[in-house]
Amino acid sequence: MSPTAKDKDTVKAFWAKIAGKADDIGTDALSRMLVVYPQTKTYFSHWKDLSPGSAPVRKHGQTVMGGVADAVKKIDDVSAGLLSLSELHALTLRVDPANFKILSHNILVVLATMFPTDFTPEVHVSVDKFLAALSRALSEKYR
Amino acid sequence: MVEWTEQERTTITNIFTNLNYEDVGPKALCRCLIVYPWTQRYFGAFGNLYNAEAIMSNPNIAAHGITVLHGLDRAVKNMDNIKATYAELSVLHSEKLHVDPDNFKLLSDCLTIVIAAKLGKDFTPETQATFQKFLAVVVSALGRQYH
Repeated sequence: MSPTAKDKDTVKAFWAKIAGKADDIGTDALSRMLVVYPQTKTYFSHWKDLSPGSAPVRKHGQTVMGGVADAVKKIDDVSAGLLSLSELHALTLRVDPANFKILSHNILVVLATMFPTDFTPEVHVSVDKFLAALSRALSEKYR
Repeated sequence: MVEWTEQERTTITNIFTNLNYEDVGPKALCRCLIVYPWTQRYFGAFGNLYNAEAIMSNPNIAAHGITVLHGLDRAVKNMDNIKATYAELSVLHSEKLHVDPDNFKLLSDCLTIVIAAKLGKDFTPETQATFQKFLAVVVSALGRQYH
């Protein structure tokens, strides 16, 4: 289920359209994740404020989308490109990889709310495959 | 038994009261068949599903999308007893249609995306949580009678 050449082109073209809103996307996706999947809050017990759109949520949304942007640039070899991020998540953060799927889902929901006409089924499947590849790359160093 | 707050009941009722079934039903099913192509296995008799354009212009798929979406009406009307309400439909999906229950989650994710696109900003995190909770209960009920 790896992204095909066509998927990669679709993702790059769609990213070009949405990159300007990356910060908002990150904030909204994280906010939704924390509300809709409350178990994910366990990773952020050190934050003062976990409410939607709060300062720590906005800042972390930026960080996460920076990682996604990087992955788009390295879309031809996501696994190799995200090696250090994988080590970070595996050895330091130790986020259960099941949560990558949860965040990916919320990114897709945000894309649907913000870009209803551009987020066609064809774009949806390519982005979904890309986020899955990203998640696999982040899981590389876990064991 | 599943507990629903007044707010949750209102949220669900509002979404379905304002729903254009003829638009959302086909969109959700088409998206499922395109994003998760293995789900096409259940639609061999529906005609041309060769690519996204074919799927989206297939009248049999569109009609079935509407049927499936109306299937949720009974859950909206019986929110306090969704499990019993879907017992018969669960048996049908298991014994006659032979649908892998994992597919229910795939379709419900696509429906969530379509509703999100429709409501935009109004699909708040709280609305999303309620809608996903509702669909999760339906999905669980539909898988309940499998054996």
